[in-house]
Amino acid sequence: MDIPKEHLVDMYETMVRIRRFEERIRELYFADKLPAFDIAAGLIPGEMHLSAGQEPVAVGMRPHLQAGDAITATHRPHHVAIAQGVDLNKMAAEIFGRETGLGHGKGGHMHLFSVEPNFGCSGIIGEGMPVAVGAAMAFKARDTGNIALSYFGEGAANQGAFHESINLAALWKLPVVFICEDNAYAISVPKASSTAIPDNSDRASAYGIPGVLVPENDPVAVYEVMGAAMDRARRGDGPSLIEVKTDRLWGHFEGDADAYRSDDFKQDMNERDPLIVFGKRLVEEGVLSEAEQAAITDKEYATVEAAIDFAMASPYPAPEAALNDVFA
Amino acid sequence: MTTMTDRKLTMQKAIAEGIAQEMAVDPSVFVMGEDVGVYGGIFGATEGLLDKFGPERVIDTPISETGFIGAAVGAAINGMRPIVELMFVDFFGVCMDQIYNNMAKIHYFSGGTISVPAVLTTAVGGGYSDAGQHSQTLWGLFAHVPGLKVVVPSNAYDAKGLMISAIRDNNPVMYMFHKGALGLGWMVNNPHATGPVPEESYTVPIGKAQVARDGNDVTIVTIGLSVHKALDAAALLEADGVSAEVIDLRSLIPLDRETIVASVQKTHRLLVVDEDYQSFGMSGEVITTAVQGAFDYLDAAPVRVATPDIPIPYSHPLETWALPSVDRIVAAATEMVSG
Repeated sequence: MDIPKEHLVDMYETMVRIRRFEERIRELYFADKLPAFDIAAGLIPGEMHLSAGQEPVAVGMRPHLQAGDAITATHRPHHVAIAQGVDLNKMAAEIFGRETGLGHGKGGHMHLFSVEPNFGCSGIIGEGMPVAVGAAMAFKARDTGNIALSYFGEGAANQGAFHESINLAALWKLPVVFICEDNAYAISVPKASSTAIPDNSDRASAYGIPGVLVPENDPVAVYEVMGAAMDRARRGDGPSLIEVKTDRLWGHFEGDADAYRSDDFKQDMNERDPLIVFGKRLVEEGVLSEAEQAAITDKEYATVEAAIDFAMASPYPAPEAALNDVFA
Repeated sequence: MTTMTDRKLTMQKAIAEGIAQEMAVDPSVFVMGEDVGVYGGIFGATEGLLDKFGPERVIDTPISETGFIGAAVGAAINGMRPIVELMFVDFFGVCMDQIYNNMAKIHYFSGGTISVPAVLTTAVGGGYSDAGQHSQTLWGLFAHVPGLKVVVPSNAYDAKGLMISAIRDNNPVMYMFHKGALGLGWMVNNPHATGPVPEESYTVPIGKAQVARDGNDVTIVTIGLSVHKALDAAALLEADGVSAEVIDLRSLIPLDRETIVASVQKTHRLLVVDEDYQSFGMSGEVITTAVQGAFDYLDAAPVRVATPDIPIPYSHPLETWALPSVDRIVAAATEMVSG
C-alpha cells in the first residue's frame, strides 16, 4: 500500500471510533425499549439509522479533507460526521436530545449541523445533493479553495435531485465530489429492482464527468479514488461521481426485522466486515500490530464513552426553548 | 429617511433597481434562476442586471428547480446571499422539499448556529386567463411553513425597499410579486402600482403593515394587488357615505397583528380581501387575530372576500367571477355596515 502510514492509522482509528459509537448508540437505544419495543421510549427516542459497515466510505476521504470543506450526508450520517471530525460530544448530546447538542436538541440524529467542520445532513433522500452544489458555488465565487462532498445512498440515485445536482455541477464545473454509498438495499428494495443499470458510477457519462466504481468496501481503495476526485475538484477541473459498494451490517433502522435480506447474504456480509478485514490487512502488512490495534481500540472506546457520558450528563432543553431559533 | 422624489417607476423596475443597488455594495449577493440573465426575468425583476454584473453573478439556470433552489441553500450557508427566482409560484410543486424541509428548517435544526440568507422571488396572481397552473397566489401555503418570511409588495416604493430588506435579512424570504401590479408591457396593469421611487437605496421593514387609507366604519385588510382593488372600492364606498380603512399587510410572515387589532378597535368591522384560496389561509388568520385582539369591539361578524376553494378557472367570465373584485368588496362592505 503506497499510502503514508499515518493516513492508514488515522483511517483505522476513525473506523474503530465510528463502529464503537454506533455499537454504543445501539445498546443504549434498545436498553430501555425492552421487552416491548416502543420507538418513542427511552434515552434515545425516534428512528435510528446506524452506519456500521459503511465506515470505509467515510474514512477514505478523511486524509484529503481541508478545513472549510463542506460535506452533506444522509439520514444515516454518523460515520461521515465522525470522519469529518464533527464534535463527538455535541453530536452524542444531540442524539440524546440534550441542550448541549449541536442543535440544542432540535434536530436529532438525522439533522446534525456543524459550522466547523462544515457538515450537514438530512432526513430526505437526495436533499443534500443540491446543497453541496451550492456550497461549491460559494467556494468558487469566494475563491476559498474549498470543495464540497455530497454523500447519498444508491436509493437516491433515482431521485431528480441526483440528476439535477450532477448536471448543474458538471455544467458549471464546480468543485464537488458525489459519493454514492451503495449498500445494495433502499430499505427493503434491492438495487436490481430499482435501478436500470448495475453501477451508478456509469451515470457520470451522461454528464461528461468521471465516474469511478469502488467495487470493494475497502478504505484504501476509497482513499485512492477519493484522493484523485478531491484533487481534481480542488484544481478546478470539476465534479466526479464515485460509487462505493458497501455494506449496511444492521437493519435500515434499529428495530428493523431485516427479513428482506437472506441469511446467506447476511452471513457473507458479516464475513467481509470491513473493520476486521482492514485490521487483519494492517497486521499482515506490518502497519499496525495486534497490540497496537488493541491500544487504539482502548483509546477510541474511551473517546466514545466520554462523549456518551457528556451527553447523558447534559440537561434537557427547557420545553419552551422549542420556540427559539425559528428565525435568525 | 429617503428624499421625496417625482421619479416614477413600475414595480418591476423598482425590484430590479433594489437588487442592483444591493449587488453593487455586497459582493456576496448574486441572482440565479430561469431566464434571469439575457431575458432579464420573465417579469423583468432582473432587468439590466446581467449587463451590470456579468454572468458570474447573474446566472441563467436550466429548468431544474430542485437543483438550483437547493444550491441556493448551500450557497447561503456558505457565505453568499443568493436571490433565486422560481418564475411562477405555481411551479413550487417540483421543488417544495428544498423550500419547506430544507431552506426553512436548517436554522432551527442547527439550534440557531447556521443561517440561510436567501431570497426566493416568484410571480403570483391571476386575472389574465393563464388558468390554474399559472395564476395562483399560494402565499398562505408558504406562510403556513415555519421558518419562511413571506413578503408581498403592492407598489413600487415598497417593492424596492422590501427587496433590499429581504436581501439583508438573515432568513429565507419568499418575495412574491403580483403580475398585475408589476407594470409589464404585455399585461393590463393596475395604474396604482407605478409610483414614486427614490433613486437612493432605502429599506422598508419586513413585518410592518401600512395603513393605505384611513377610515372609520370598516377595516379592509388585504395584500398584493388586492390592496389597489380595496382602495378603489374605498373610493366608491366613500361616495356612499362609508368610510373604509385599508390595511396593506406587506408581509404575511411576520404578520403585523398590532396594526390589524388597532384598526378593528377603531372601526369595529373587519373585511379581509385575499386573492388566495379562502379556506385555511390568510383570511382565517387575520380574522382570528381580530377576534382574539378586539372581540369586544366587533359590531359585526368578520367577512371575507377571497377566491373560493376552486382551481383558478381559465375562461374570462369564470375567472373574473372567482377572483376578488372591486364590486365584491363594495358589496361586502356595504352589507356589513348596513347590517
